[in-house]
Amino acid sequence: MKVLQLQDVSKVFYTKTQETEALSHMSFDVNEGEFVSIIGPSGCGKTTILSLICGLIAPTSGKVIRQSDNAVGYMLQRDQLFEWRTIERNVYLGLEVMHRLTAENKAHANELLKKYGLWNFRKHYPQQLSGGMRQRVALIRTLSTNPDLLLLDEPFSALDFQTRLEVCDDVYSIIKKEQKTALLVTHDISEALSLSDRIIVLTNRPATVLTVHEPKLNAIAQPLKRRESPDFAPQFELLHKYLHGEKP
Amino acid sequence: MKNTFSRQHLLFLRAQRIRKVLVHVAQVGVLILLVGLWELSAKLGWIDSFITSCPSRIWNTLVELISNGTLWQHIWASTWETLAGFAIGTALGYAVAVVLWWNAFLKDVFEPYIVVLNSLPKIALGPIIIIWAGTGKASIITMAVLISVVITTITVLNGFLATDKEKALLLRSMGANRAQIFVKLVAPANVPTLMATLKINVGMAWIGSIMGEYLVSKEGLGYLIVYGKQVFKLDLVMTCTIVLCALAGLMYAIVALLEKAVTRKY
Repeated sequence: MKVLQLQDVSKVFYTKTQETEALSHMSFDVNEGEFVSIIGPSGCGKTTILSLICGLIAPTSGKVIRQSDNAVGYMLQRDQLFEWRTIERNVYLGLEVMHRLTAENKAHANELLKKYGLWNFRKHYPQQLSGGMRQRVALIRTLSTNPDLLLLDEPFSALDFQTRLEVCDDVYSIIKKEQKTALLVTHDISEALSLSDRIIVLTNRPATVLTVHEPKLNAIAQPLKRRESPDFAPQFELLHKYLHGEKP
Repeated sequence: MKNTFSRQHLLFLRAQRIRKVLVHVAQVGVLILLVGLWELSAKLGWIDSFITSCPSRIWNTLVELISNGTLWQHIWASTWETLAGFAIGTALGYAVAVVLWWNAFLKDVFEPYIVVLNSLPKIALGPIIIIWAGTGKASIITMAVLISVVITTITVLNGFLATDKEKALLLRSMGANRAQIFVKLVAPANVPTLMATLKINVGMAWIGSIMGEYLVSKEGLGYLIVYGKQVFKLDLVMTCTIVLCALAGLMYAIVALLEKAVTRKY
């Protein structure tokens, strides 16, 4: 089942002095349960794609089709936890906004907190937690509204390298355990390779789909382990060439 | 935990403590020195205490004002006006900031007006205020409100506009409307801004109420100061000025304590 379809989507931005075509005739699908990554040269409009999928901006032409009307779960570069709210109230934020803070949904959120080792920290404030734990709270906040699609906008880029690898593993295993569909936007090739079932490679601006790559690493369950596979480096090389303009 | 500090660390902490104590001692010392010098100069006839007054005469005036009960009446009058001006000015300024944050069109329309109002010396409006609001307390409170309201709007609005855009994006992705973005994000994120504004407004409200009392009044510390000037009783002028210092300092301290308690989480 297709959770998301982009059909021939273009987006043009206008300013006083110029018009910029950010996306040009872009089409791709995301299937239920998949982990899909979008990589592209920097400034190619990756964040524009996410804003379109969220419904925050409308496409200039083409269609964005979502399977359900539920809001997507959007995870941003930094954890964006609200410093004045406790961990549990941060996790309830989405439910509050959607007027869905029922006993049942609260119990689900609490269940997630318990399952992923944050229950004892529920009364803490974000600044009392480490960067990795904060990112995990951000993920649980995203999951608490039970979205059918997670959008991850370079969610690890604000972390230092060591933490990034750990959090990457952590987030991946949680997403798989909760059987969520995820769309990750990143400029980090190795991150995309270690996480994804499919990688959508974009061209320079105006961005369009250059090619779709399927990593031959799916048999390995853990992102960190995938990085150690002998198949990893050649695929990295290939994607790197794509990003520097080589045609598939 | 207590005994795990190293010797160097303990020495460092000791040095910090000593420095802190020294600052306090020096602060009090400066005060004693100035007051002593003032008193001494008056006693030795270096300065004319009829014009400059002196600490002992101020003390006597203070005791007299307290014993005949007039001081409390005037303190109460000024404090009441100041608090009213402070509360109305802050609330009104905050409300205007909310409206201008809400509607970017209105913000663009009113921006030049606010800039002009902010640069205008509000005392120039004194005569107009007296004619419109009368010669009672209403005029004084209006003056205090006018002085604090514009700066409140500017400071608070800048805080609102500087709120993390990414956090707003997150809320919008959850489907939040503008009211929710304000209640869940912009207002709480700007509690520190509001606290800073309160601190500024303590000073502004006092300026407003004393200036108002200079223009029209039958009671209050500003009234006493003007009265003291007219009858050339510098003792009274100085005494009221010092009482005013103490009151404004006290009010500022209360707001600073509030700020500390409220912004601990931020």
